Amino acid sequence: MTRVAMTVNGKAVTGEVEGRTLLSSFLREDLHLTGTHVGCDTSQCGACVVHVNGQAVKACTMFAAEAEGADVTTIEGMANADGSLGTIQQAFQDFHGLQCGFCTPGMVMSAAALLKENPTPTEAEVRAYLEGNICRCTGYHNIVKAILAASGQSVPAVAAE
Amino acid sequence: MPDGGIGASSKRREDLRFLTGRGKYTDDINLQGQAHAHFVRSDVAHGRINSIDTSAASSMPGVIRIFTATDFEGVGGIPCGWQVTDRFGEVMQEPKHPILAEGKVRHVGDPICVVVADTLEQARDAADALVINITPLEAVLDMKAALAEGATKVHDDLNSNLCYDWGFVEENREAVAEAINNAHHVTTLELRNNRLVANPMEPRVAVGDYDFSTDEHTLYTTSQNPHVIRLLMGAFVLGIPEHKLRVVAPDVGGGFGAKIYHYAEEAFCTFAAKTIGRPVKWTSTRSEAFISDAHGRDHVTKIELALDENGKFLALRTDTHANMGAYLSTFAPSIPTWLHGTLMAGNYTTPLIYVNVKAVFTNTVPVDAYRGAGRPEATFQLERVVDKAAREMGIDPVELRRRNFITEFPYATPVAVEYDTGDYHATMDKLLQISDHAGFEGRAALSKANGKLRGFGIAHYIEACGIAPSNLVGQLGARAGLYESATVRVNATGSISVMTGSHSHGQGHETSFAQVVADMIGVDENQIDIVHGDTSKTPMGMGTYGSRSIAVGGSAMVRATEKIINKAKKIAAHLMEAAEGDIELKDGQFSVAGTDKSVAWGDVTLAAYVPHNYPLEDIEPGLEETAFYDPANFTYPSGAYGCEVEVDPATGKVTVVAFSAADDFGNIINPMIVEGQVHGGLAQGIGQAMIENCAYDDQGQLLSGSYMDYAMPRADDLPMFTVDHSSITPCTHNPLGVKGCGEAGAIGSPPALVNAVVDALQRAGHNVTHIDMPLSPDRVWAAMNS
Repeated sequence: MTRVAMTVNGKAVTGEVEGRTLLSSFLREDLHLTGTHVGCDTSQCGACVVHVNGQAVKACTMFAAEAEGADVTTIEGMANADGSLGTIQQAFQDFHGLQCGFCTPGMVMSAAALLKENPTPTEAEVRAYLEGNICRCTGYHNIVKAILAASGQSVPAVAAE
Repeated sequence: MPDGGIGASSKRREDLRFLTGRGKYTDDINLQGQAHAHFVRSDVAHGRINSIDTSAASSMPGVIRIFTATDFEGVGGIPCGWQVTDRFGEVMQEPKHPILAEGKVRHVGDPICVVVADTLEQARDAADALVINITPLEAVLDMKAALAEGATKVHDDLNSNLCYDWGFVEENREAVAEAINNAHHVTTLELRNNRLVANPMEPRVAVGDYDFSTDEHTLYTTSQNPHVIRLLMGAFVLGIPEHKLRVVAPDVGGGFGAKIYHYAEEAFCTFAAKTIGRPVKWTSTRSEAFISDAHGRDHVTKIELALDENGKFLALRTDTHANMGAYLSTFAPSIPTWLHGTLMAGNYTTPLIYVNVKAVFTNTVPVDAYRGAGRPEATFQLERVVDKAAREMGIDPVELRRRNFITEFPYATPVAVEYDTGDYHATMDKLLQISDHAGFEGRAALSKANGKLRGFGIAHYIEACGIAPSNLVGQLGARAGLYESATVRVNATGSISVMTGSHSHGQGHETSFAQVVADMIGVDENQIDIVHGDTSKTPMGMGTYGSRSIAVGGSAMVRATEKIINKAKKIAAHLMEAAEGDIELKDGQFSVAGTDKSVAWGDVTLAAYVPHNYPLEDIEPGLEETAFYDPANFTYPSGAYGCEVEVDPATGKVTVVAFSAADDFGNIINPMIVEGQVHGGLAQGIGQAMIENCAYDDQGQLLSGSYMDYAMPRADDLPMFTVDHSSITPCTHNPLGVKGCGEAGAIGSPPALVNAVVDALQRAGHNVTHIDMPLSPDRVWAAMNS
């Protein structure tokens, strides 16, 4: 077992992990941050996307030990300080960008990474960026709209097209 | 009236927990002292188990116990919930479906044994030390070969690999043959409806728990219908009476059919928890899901449509081989029969129809309902053959459909169902408008100038959903009722809890169901909570599938709320010393007609629980009512779908440039949620038609066994959709006038897409009349260059 220490959502955390323990397992099982979801075993689905030192990372592709000393943000750390939904989260609710909610944490984390990199993406750029996030419920239509809206671009209101 | 209510796009309350990581999915449940189960599955499609040596594995660190089939002697197999009677009056062949393989393995993924250990890693490590000796047998894969004389049998104790040979309507068989033989024109099409994997993003999970102090079992599971699981597993598998078995399906991350069925892993975890005296948890990996979740579709069909010289449909005959896989999943026999044959009239007045379905056992994963379930298979073949007929006869595909549309309702089809309402010309008109059909030629010219082939494809669908009614489905072989239930519990201060037998796994019931009750009483939606997914909290209900939640579950909730309102009016009449018949309820206020006397909702609810001034001689205190609703008929949503594609002639790559859907769902509760349902259905239908395919090799190995190989639609595979639901013919037999919207998108879109690609190729002079799904670049390119 290896001792790891990192910052998760602004709090210092430590844990004892096996070398093979994935960051996704450490977050879910040791820290009980179950908002990070695991939807596949081949690093395709993106439900486990978190930010590590500001970069979007699939938490199932990284060992917990590799995150030693890192600054990690998960979906649990995305709301405003007063607990209200952050801009991207609010846009997902306003534009019905989620249904079952399982892919949603990864979608929000990827969207945040995209908008940091490209503050006003085109529809095509949003779709291309989401290549690593699979949603089975929404057909992506409202996810794309939510991300465009979160970027401050004008988007037709939901159920008004 | 507060904001919200029926017709409002109320934002979803469940989103707050999903967007902040606070959803409670089954894998988020970890019980004190739980052990972990790892299923060891067959890696051959068909084989005889000679021996299982657990000795080395049993002594590995952390191993608690290793289970094999011998541990389940005396325990029932996984039951099938529907018995089909064949065209000779004989019941289907129904093999045993053991929890763990007994003597033989019958598909890759068939569970052989389970290692239960302190940690999942220990269970997996120990599984590697098992020595399982299996003699491989010939794998039965091709359905027609499986039915040949002398074919290897999947089940040695059955007569053959034929589950049933179903004819519908059998009495029409000769008349249909005669009409086809004598027709002016017959269009024939052979096609395959490709096998799919439902792939809800949350893999299945089961956590079993047992309380020795109360003799109560609890199963937490990723299910669309926890009461159905309790009934099937309790009564038929483990012999646990309902009052000692609680099934909880908390937040469930999508279902699409695959989470309807009772699976071996659920029974195993429930059984093992008592056996080892600790909670037992199993979480599927995605790779495991591909070989253990029921698959969908997989029909091979020949369809013939007879027409007169004016293009009127005279008769339709279809001959389908439907793959059941190795065992009968819960509702598998009903899908190619009663959910498929009954839809073969489509939107048309075809007077004579005969459907033959041969259901076949093969050494593949069991096949059952996947979004649409039988209705996509019916719609695909029908809308493809109509399109082909139009091209053969030189009639515009829209015009040919219009010539044959049903226009008078109710309409009794020759395939046993009666459509209550619809207006197919209206949905077709709406589609042509929203898709700018008139501007297509201009867009096609632009595509041509860019070196691309553009095509437009149309499909019109009907579906029978709101599945229901019990007496009818009972006659058709269902071993269950298909009603729905709701309990409306009004609390003393006026807030309301609605306990529904429907289940939400993405559909947003917590929001839309609350809108209905809020609208009926005239209180704010936030005063209403929707409780679902726990058999200990909700009345016996049949769950969510077949686009039935609002039509059946919503109607039960309306009935229970009506009872509440009737009783509340009695109390209000007493409080205001007025006649009950004079009491009106509006915006949460009870008033006496023609006077200014009124009492508020909260006054009446308080009186119900603090009955100091109360008509105790007439009615009981309290305000809680339950209703079970069993509908008189299915509901019949319909719609016109239009797909516009561009084909790259150099590569065969198809791009969906536009997709429009004009649906008639009857009345709409929450337009935002309805549109979201259509979007998702379209994505799954376009996925089926464009990229998704569940492929086996000739040894029965699943080639598309992970997201590396099974093409899930990504954001950049799909366009923005144009959807409309303003064509409304309300359902005539449920109190909300609703029809259901969950499956439409997946039903109507595959034929529209294939019709569009055929259109694009024919416009470019290619003599291509059909390409089997998925329309991958290699298949399209080969069709163009053959």
